[in-house]
Amino acid sequence: MVDHLLGIEGLSKTEIHRYLDAAHSFVEVSERDIKKVPTLRGKTIIHVFFEPSTRTLSSFDIAGKRLSADTINISASSSSVKKGETLLDTVRTLESMNPDVLVIRHSESGAAHFAARNLTRSSVVNAGDGAHEHPTQALLDLLTLRQHFASSKRPIEGLRIGFVGDVRHSRVARSNIWAHIALGNEVRLIGPPTLVPMDFARAFNSPLVNVVHDLREGLRDLDVVVCLRMQLERQSEHFVPNLDEYSKEFCVSERLLREFAPSSVVLHPGPMNRGTEISGEVADGPRSLIHRQVNNGVAVRMAVLYLLARTLDPREEGSER
Amino acid sequence: MSSAKPIVIHGGRIIDASSDRDGEFDILIEHGKVAAIEKPGALRDKSDAESIDAKDQWVLPGCVDLHVHLREPGEEWKETVQTGAEAAVLGGYTSICCMPNTKPANDSAEVTRFILEKAKAAGAARVLPIGAISMERKGSQLAPYSELAKAGCVAFSDDGDPVADAGLMRRALEWCLMLGLPLACHEEDRNLSCCGSMNESPLSLKLGLRGFPGVAEDVMIARDIELARFTKGKVHICHVSTARGVELIRRAKNDGINITCEVAPHHLVLDEQCLCSYDTNYKMMPPLKDHEDIEGLFGGLADGTVDAIASDHAPHDRDSKLVEFSRATVGILGLQTSLPLLVEMCQAGTISRKRMVDLLSAGPSRAFGLPYGTLKVGAEADVVVVDPLRSWVFAEEAVRSKSKNSPFVGKKLTGATRHVLVAGKQVVAGGELLREGAR
Repeated sequence: MVDHLLGIEGLSKTEIHRYLDAAHSFVEVSERDIKKVPTLRGKTIIHVFFEPSTRTLSSFDIAGKRLSADTINISASSSSVKKGETLLDTVRTLESMNPDVLVIRHSESGAAHFAARNLTRSSVVNAGDGAHEHPTQALLDLLTLRQHFASSKRPIEGLRIGFVGDVRHSRVARSNIWAHIALGNEVRLIGPPTLVPMDFARAFNSPLVNVVHDLREGLRDLDVVVCLRMQLERQSEHFVPNLDEYSKEFCVSERLLREFAPSSVVLHPGPMNRGTEISGEVADGPRSLIHRQVNNGVAVRMAVLYLLARTLDPREEGSER
Repeated sequence: MSSAKPIVIHGGRIIDASSDRDGEFDILIEHGKVAAIEKPGALRDKSDAESIDAKDQWVLPGCVDLHVHLREPGEEWKETVQTGAEAAVLGGYTSICCMPNTKPANDSAEVTRFILEKAKAAGAARVLPIGAISMERKGSQLAPYSELAKAGCVAFSDDGDPVADAGLMRRALEWCLMLGLPLACHEEDRNLSCCGSMNESPLSLKLGLRGFPGVAEDVMIARDIELARFTKGKVHICHVSTARGVELIRRAKNDGINITCEVAPHHLVLDEQCLCSYDTNYKMMPPLKDHEDIEGLFGGLADGTVDAIASDHAPHDRDSKLVEFSRATVGILGLQTSLPLLVEMCQAGTISRKRMVDLLSAGPSRAFGLPYGTLKVGAEADVVVVDPLRSWVFAEEAVRSKSKNSPFVGKKLTGATRHVLVAGKQVVAGGELLREGAR
């Protein structure tokens, strides 16, 4: 199906569901006593993380191991990047050790695409590139929503979803937005004009995407509220006056949700700043699907690796790609 | 200077904006000057002259490029004065003005003279150095303008960096009143552009790249217009890329302010959509724009607000482009592609032939007060013969620059330089650089 997974942009509804279906079947593997299947035995996966990460890296690593692949983790702080090596040299060096998949996280937008364009044999999975895309996060958010809405027999098509906060710097939001456009869902981007400029309404070429600068108006009748992490350094770049002012206007609280989106559920890609973008009451309350998200991360990454590995097979038989 | 035989270029279509000429003429070049322009056949009795057949070709004044980076001294692996000057004549440029952002910067007569010596040895295009506005281009101390002018500088610029200090800019304009030379301004408010690597737009939001808003350029153009109004100094705006910038300059010209400007060809033929693949060959400064801005630029070309097309030829080695987008160097080669891209615009009807020629020769010469870019009798015989219909591929081997950073490499272009004369001396024949001995 694919050689790389670089982003959600361009995936069809069918393709998205194929990932979710595969992930669904891997959820069960992770609940077994022996959490391991032989699917990727003999495959090598290298996780190259040029940016610190806890949940994404561990979740990829566990996913690879549960599929019986050999996994290696390389982080920028311990690698030759510190010695001045370029991204290109690093990934080419790693590729010459014949890994089947390189999972790449990098602080610059387009880094995974750059790597994919310059590699010849390994598949690339984008584990987050700058403020651009984070496709596996979007897929695990969707899986979480599909599980939740299945209990009330609702499909994930036809939802009204809002992203609150620092959309400008969020790769999670971008990947999710592409997915929800593909599913035909109404998307609201909510936050101050510094972080959610009006241009966002035209950025995705879809009438489904709207920008709202008022939290109350934005939350009205949402089915899903995604709170985005507010980074502390945004103050010094003048995106917000200070975090207090920001949270007074845009912190998602139980009181507001009860009033404007009473039946909504809440996601957060983590790590959270409690009291800044999300109140503790919401994060720990019954609407929160946050722990489900983390749990689904492993299954989704297993699905991605599994579907990618299927396209790797013909090459092993020596056929040309 | 050529003491060689006279040359007659016959049968061609002479298009010269400065003398308002467009038609079939023969042209006689003698003692390095344009000696005569006559009806076809009228110069037949010049049997001692060498002859260049220009049938079905355009005979234009040699192009003048106000904005070129030659990288020497300091970054000779990217470009040298020689490779740049050779690329220039192959692209139809007979005079090129080189920016002072070398290492060391061109802020002293020594550096200026060094560049001029290299240029003389190269024997290709005429090289006209631009001196720095501030010492080491650091924006804190005025450069010695009079010394630089005497050494041969034709303008001053801190190009690559804006002059952030308006007070320094004011004094620079005032000092240069004595010299009659322009300050060529790279317009960018760094607090607004804040390291943006592409145009700020819906697309930059989609790609997650830090945006460089057009207003970062516009506010500085506005500032320098007011400083030019106040000091009566001469301001030249480099690589204008916004519709608003063109409009500000249009109004300033209407107010009688001493201001000129240039547009780079890549800002006309490429747009920000080229960045969708994060291809660093499309990373420029100022960044590629959207259709509204491009329309504004074309408006400025048509009504004369824009004085010159300048290539902003910016060679960069492969390694500095083969990195993450936001870390890649900015710039694109231009010397060998500008003329064909303009010829293509002409064929497409987006600009007139006469405007094209003006923008490439007389216009830039007016902007910097240069005596070139004209085929009037008595002028320096800088001539380019162009085959307007000839298609060719800008293959990597055809790139004369030391660097290959151009998205046009490998692409087909229409409009080919066939013959070039610099001060009456032929340096390109049949599209090929003449070897030193043959020149």
